[in-house]
Amino acid sequence: MSGRTPLLEVDGISVRFGAVQALERVSLSIGRGEVAAIIGPNGAGKTTLLNVISGFYHPYEGHIRFEGKDRTHLKPYDVAALGIARTFQNVALFKGMSVLDNIMTGRLLKMKGSFLLEALYWGPAQRQELEHRAFVERIIDFLEIQAIRKTPAGQLPYGLQKRVELARALAAEPTLLLLDEPMAGMNVEEKEDMCRFVLGVNDEFGTTIALIEHDMSVVMDISDHVVTLDYGRKIADGTPDEVRANPAVIDAYLGLAHA
Amino acid sequence: MTRATAAATIGARHPSDTLDPAADTFPKLVVENARRLGAKVAIREKTLGIWQSHSWRDYLAESRLIALGLAALGFARGDKTAIVGDNRPPLYWAMLATQALGGVPVPLYQDSIEKEMQFIVDHAEARFAVVEDQEQVDKLLHVRAQCPRLEYIIYDDPRGLRKYKEPCLLSLAELKERGEKFDREHPGWLDEEIARGTGDDVAIICYTSGTTGQPKGTVLTHRNLIVTARNAVAFEGLGPDDEVVAYLPMAWVGDHMFSFGQSVVSGFATNCPESAATVLHDLREIGPTYFFAPPRIWESILTTVMIRVDDAWAPKRAMVRFFLDVARRVERARLARRSSGLGDRLLSALGRVLVYGPLRDNLGMRRIRVAYTAGEAIGPELFEFYRSLGINVKQLYGMTESSALICIQKDGDVKLDTVGTPLPGVEIRIAPDSGEVLFRGPGVFRGYYKNPEATGQTLEDGWVHTGDAGVIDREGHLRIIDRARDVGRLTGGTLFAPKYLENKLKFSPFIKEAVCIGNGRPFVVALLNIDLAAVGSWAERRGIAYTSYTDLAQKPEVYDLIREAVNRVNASLAGEAELAGAQIRKFLLLHKELDADDQEITRTRKVRRGFIAEKYAALIEGLYSGAGHVNVEAQVTYEDGRIGTVRADVRIAEAAVAAAGAAR
Repeated sequence: MSGRTPLLEVDGISVRFGAVQALERVSLSIGRGEVAAIIGPNGAGKTTLLNVISGFYHPYEGHIRFEGKDRTHLKPYDVAALGIARTFQNVALFKGMSVLDNIMTGRLLKMKGSFLLEALYWGPAQRQELEHRAFVERIIDFLEIQAIRKTPAGQLPYGLQKRVELARALAAEPTLLLLDEPMAGMNVEEKEDMCRFVLGVNDEFGTTIALIEHDMSVVMDISDHVVTLDYGRKIADGTPDEVRANPAVIDAYLGLAHA
Repeated sequence: MTRATAAATIGARHPSDTLDPAADTFPKLVVENARRLGAKVAIREKTLGIWQSHSWRDYLAESRLIALGLAALGFARGDKTAIVGDNRPPLYWAMLATQALGGVPVPLYQDSIEKEMQFIVDHAEARFAVVEDQEQVDKLLHVRAQCPRLEYIIYDDPRGLRKYKEPCLLSLAELKERGEKFDREHPGWLDEEIARGTGDDVAIICYTSGTTGQPKGTVLTHRNLIVTARNAVAFEGLGPDDEVVAYLPMAWVGDHMFSFGQSVVSGFATNCPESAATVLHDLREIGPTYFFAPPRIWESILTTVMIRVDDAWAPKRAMVRFFLDVARRVERARLARRSSGLGDRLLSALGRVLVYGPLRDNLGMRRIRVAYTAGEAIGPELFEFYRSLGINVKQLYGMTESSALICIQKDGDVKLDTVGTPLPGVEIRIAPDSGEVLFRGPGVFRGYYKNPEATGQTLEDGWVHTGDAGVIDREGHLRIIDRARDVGRLTGGTLFAPKYLENKLKFSPFIKEAVCIGNGRPFVVALLNIDLAAVGSWAERRGIAYTSYTDLAQKPEVYDLIREAVNRVNASLAGEAELAGAQIRKFLLLHKELDADDQEITRTRKVRRGFIAEKYAALIEGLYSGAGHVNVEAQVTYEDGRIGTVRADVRIAEAAVAAAGAAR
């Protein structure tokens, strides 16, 4: 799309759960540095698509290429190690842990070193901890959550939990960030903040972003590229303006929303 | 009255108004600090979760680079620099840098909307702006079309600004680079510029957000600020080891005095919190020894603490409550200068270990030696709470036109209802006809920038009209009673300060709202609203049956209850020479609550005097006519918008007038 080099290419993947065809030969390509949105009615297969990309599900046909290499059958752990991070539709934080510790868990894959050195907090282990902490502090500063650094995540209002989740995903320094409904259940102000942060992440860290979102004004505002799914099939793919004008999309999704 | 005339002026000129020409500007003082205090911390900032310290040497070096950078951009003596952002070290340095070049910093409120910003930037003729981040850059870029004099916008935090291509934009880092280059090409130039400054140069223009009309730019000189700061530092015994947290807007003269002026004069460290939301937390990490907060902040700190107390385990909660009561009794006795009794003294010693100490530590106030409250009257409960914990909170009175300070309460001479005695060097008198407080002293501003008319109205032969009405009590303390324009006279000539009386009345938990009338009348009368919740539960406890607000308000028992409160106010007024004649002779309890929907009060709960005088003219006439009751009809607007009529027969009651000069 849009002439950029593709970062992620999904080529004709299909996923089936029993009799339900969740995805049927879906292909799409996400360019490096772009903000791509995946939209579609409930049950269209958006989250399944995200799960396939992040390695939770494996397609029975088709291929996924990330940075030009085939990555179809990797485990989530390996996918994360490649530089793909995600947030979840339902907030999935460690509720009893502080915001800081939650975000630090996002650094897990970047940490190396022996158990013994870590336990003694000595030498390279200490140096490493400080480096990670410094990086996490940059994210805290970026997402403006300094005031809740030490607050247990479970005590935070929903909008802030979503922001902490984003922070944790960013802590992994992803090349591709997958956001599953980052603004769901938020009020207008929280949505505006989140939009600002998503664009900021894209701008400041150069992260490529793929997000699922239902709020059409958000999608049309912040995406470079919109993919529309319906009943597991891709029905449209293009710039926000192209997708908005596509009759199939209007029937399947926008039409419904405006009915 | 004779006593009042005798104490018509308080305070005296101070010999220390002279300044050493080698140390008569802030830049010269910082050069001196860098030499004398060197590596001692001057300012800290919490960034990325860590407190970063800058010594006086760094303070000078950073300010020098900014000054040299500005010079490289063509800064000329007398140019103005707009400063916008949260309290950040680079912004304080930019102020000093501007002063070092013989220019004038003009701090703006960081939450100003574009229109306000445009007015000030244009009015002050700012050529340069040093701002914190993208938010402020955006605002100034919009404003620039209307402010042709604004040439450069320099920002500290580059986030989000990478794609901005406006040629007038410059990061602070780039500015400092240019400064380094300029310094290499013109060695020693800046030192000469600093030496050229004198104490009578303008140090800052502080724009005051006028409640009416456009903001006015208060011009203060180095002499104003340095002498005032020096006198206050000596008065409180502040030194290089003190710590202050800079969290109130930089555009406010108080922050300029505490976080910049006094810090430079005495060498103490200023601490900039991480963000507005982390102030309470950062406060605890720093543990300031010197602290300032307006009453609303004192109140919100108290609320956060009490919520946590309420959440505590029941026995713990009971213990905290018990010892706080002890502390309050002891503090009341101390303020009234009587002994609190052996039992309470022993309990309070125990309370210090169990409750007061830990609580102070939690508030981040364990190390506080001096704390101020100012800006508006502080509630007596609130004031007592902090003082009873052993936190030395004192009231302060000042304004931008006085370089922030006029009066401060002395340690050990703190009273609930006064703002203390004049700062050394400050004289105060009360205008005989209007009751307005006038002052003069070393901090008196030079005038309003480009506004001789307003200057003439405020500044007369060196005396400044504060716009506040006040009285001087027997011990030479100033008490502010009201805004001067609201103060009137009874026909007998006695001063009538309605808000002062109303606030006294409202100290009673049973009185929710009060309106006092008396200007041009023979005596003072009051229209009162009972507090339905408080009076209702009082009535229930006494088995008094009532059907409605109107019914309850007209019960003879309730009138007796309120009469006691009014009598208490009268007794306290009797102790004040100027106000003894303004006691409340008659009052009535209104049959309905004053309501914003009926336009009787504003949405912020300020009484609309004129409207009430008109609407309740019949009741007021009744109060002055000697009738025992008045029949009224009043329109009420219900929540759903319907308009109904309430009819009532309102009783009129007399209150006891206490003899003048009687003890309270």
